[in-house]
Amino acid sequence: MIEFPDAFKHAVNSVFTGTRGAITYLSLSVLVFAVFIRWRAFFTRTWVGVVALAAASFFLVASYPDHNFFEIAGKPDNVPIMGLIFLVGFFTWLAFRRMVENDRRVAGGRPTLEEEESRDKVLVWPDLVYIEFIALILCTVLFIAWSVGIGAPLEQPANFTKTPNPSKAPWYFLGLQEMLVYFDPWLAGVVFPGLIIVGLMAIPYFDPNPRGNGYYSFRERPFAIVVFCFGFIIMWVVLIVMGTFLRGPNWNFFGPYEYWDPHKLEPLLNVNLSEYFWVKGYPLSVGLPEGYLLREAPGFALLAAYFVLGPLVLARTFFRRMLEQMGMARYQVMCFLFLMMTLLPLKMTLRWSINLKYFIAIPEKFFNI
Amino acid sequence: MTGPEHRGILHYLRATQVWRSIFRHAFPDDPRNRALAILSNVFLHLHPIKVRKSGVRLSYTWCMGGLTFFIFLVETITGILLMFYYRPTAEFAYTDIVALREHVPLGVMRELHRWGAHAMVITVWLHMFRVFLTGSYKPPREFNWNIGVILLVCTLMLSFTGYLLPWDQLAMWAITVGSNMARATPLLGYEGQGQDLLDPLLGPGFEVVHDGSDARFALLAGRFVGEAAILRFYVLHCIFIPFIAVILMSVHFWRVRKDGGVSGPL
Ligand code: HEM
Repeated sequence: MIEFPDAFKHAVNSVFTGTRGAITYLSLSVLVFAVFIRWRAFFTRTWVGVVALAAASFFLVASYPDHNFFEIAGKPDNVPIMGLIFLVGFFTWLAFRRMVENDRRVAGGRPTLEEEESRDKVLVWPDLVYIEFIALILCTVLFIAWSVGIGAPLEQPANFTKTPNPSKAPWYFLGLQEMLVYFDPWLAGVVFPGLIIVGLMAIPYFDPNPRGNGYYSFRERPFAIVVFCFGFIIMWVVLIVMGTFLRGPNWNFFGPYEYWDPHKLEPLLNVNLSEYFWVKGYPLSVGLPEGYLLREAPGFALLAAYFVLGPLVLARTFFRRMLEQMGMARYQVMCFLFLMMTLLPLKMTLRWSINLKYFIAIPEKFFNI
Repeated sequence: MTGPEHRGILHYLRATQVWRSIFRHAFPDDPRNRALAILSNVFLHLHPIKVRKSGVRLSYTWCMGGLTFFIFLVETITGILLMFYYRPTAEFAYTDIVALREHVPLGVMRELHRWGAHAMVITVWLHMFRVFLTGSYKPPREFNWNIGVILLVCTLMLSFTGYLLPWDQLAMWAITVGSNMARATPLLGYEGQGQDLLDPLLGPGFEVVHDGSDARFALLAGRFVGEAAILRFYVLHCIFIPFIAVILMSVHFWRVRKDGGVSGPL
């Protein structure tokens, strides 16, 4: 069996551990995402795809023999999340490959792949029915093999007095649980999920661009594709993978080969914006005021500027065309949702760089942002 | 056995009155009978008779919508079988699952149901991803995208409510973590902003929203994840959400056709 040498594992663990590890993991993901999109024509070549798949598989095969890695990645319930990584990787690759091909065709004045093929129609029987039938059989075979091979786990009976550490939400909500590191439950667990649903439903009414309907294309709708892919791949899938495999006891971040030590301590030295403003002397150092409205005024001012000036500034820069196409009301709603979405990466960056805890902290009213 | 009168058992079967009472067309090897094969079958006639060639390309649709629907059917069938063995009470839930494992030989229904549930969440995400990347939410398909988003929520809620039912440590604590968020719902959670806004209406000393009346209580039918929550999640999981999902799927499929079939360049 192939296994990575210990020196390699230690090196990986020392890079990916603790809060610094989380920062590295997320920054690297964003970097890979950006590089992939920028040089998509190169990365969607067949041989590059094969090499990437081989590298990922090799990493997995050489990691599984490690005891600590296997403890987590080998859990029956985590197997599908391994599958998720490969599937999302593959389908992103496939979609961008077709986008690149279509963009090339359009640039050369030729019809897209889909246009070429939609000139002829085919009979549903047999052309579609057989595809469905084969997909159904393959899927059944896969499920039966999976079910015979891996038994469904059952832990100890439910017990109120024994809280497991870590306590994790079901895996598809781990992105939301990760947000709890940066936001309070009313935002991470209620407002953001609600806005995700509303935002998804609003997409067709926000996108004024009539092109790129019914075929893969990047050049005709770069903003839509980049924002959606960032939301789905980075802010959803990457956070789920992190929550599943790399978040251990006390929600600490652990390297892939690191033992999940429940006694590992992480210093928490986060500071509220109000303390920065009133106590730490940026710009005055007068001590926290009594009333919470005055105390939190800097935070209110900052967020008001973000949500009020943000759309104005964007309207004059990146979103100028959009404002013209959508009209004011729709533009404002779209901008609000967009700024809510970017609030998470923003807060993450501020937490990592200046240990910012809350913009606004009014625990008296459960109102912390 | 070469004469036209002896052409094998299948041929004989097809000529029987029974066969012909079921299938109202000849063998589908010409366009007319191929059309009839689709038209005269209640399941197949979800489809149109002809489709764009690009619409049946695996590299275009990834077959993810179809697979999601297929997995939904698998979940329905295995779920019904599981219901024969499972009682949704704190006393029996866990032991029934143990019994299922110990006493049912060659049983894979629980496995099929659990792995299917994980897989369905993944396929529905990939389906949404594909629909977005091909711009298929654009007119005239805006409404169907919306139906889709609700179906996505249904899929997640189906999985979430099912998570509790084995009543083991994983189940109970995952649902505890998940439902604790509801405490903080603005106005409606007892730790949410403005939860005391309505109190003056009832006079001094009264609380409208408290831990026995807030959003979390409504979800769990109790102050913690206990007996009442099992029953509530069981009914949501086996009846309520599938009921909604089936209705929405019917609308979804209907609209795929009414909006001009699987999308393609206009
Ligand atoms: C239980 C969940 C769902 C099922 C069973 C389902 C099933 C299907 C099927 C079978 C199709 C035909 C084309 C294809 O397979 O791609 C389809 C198309 C479509 N679906 Fe879904 N879907 C589900 C969820 C969703 C979600 C979450 C969305 C989006 C948020 C969505 C949006 C659409 C749209 C807009 C179309 C038309 C696409 C086109 O014409 O290319 N669906 N769906």
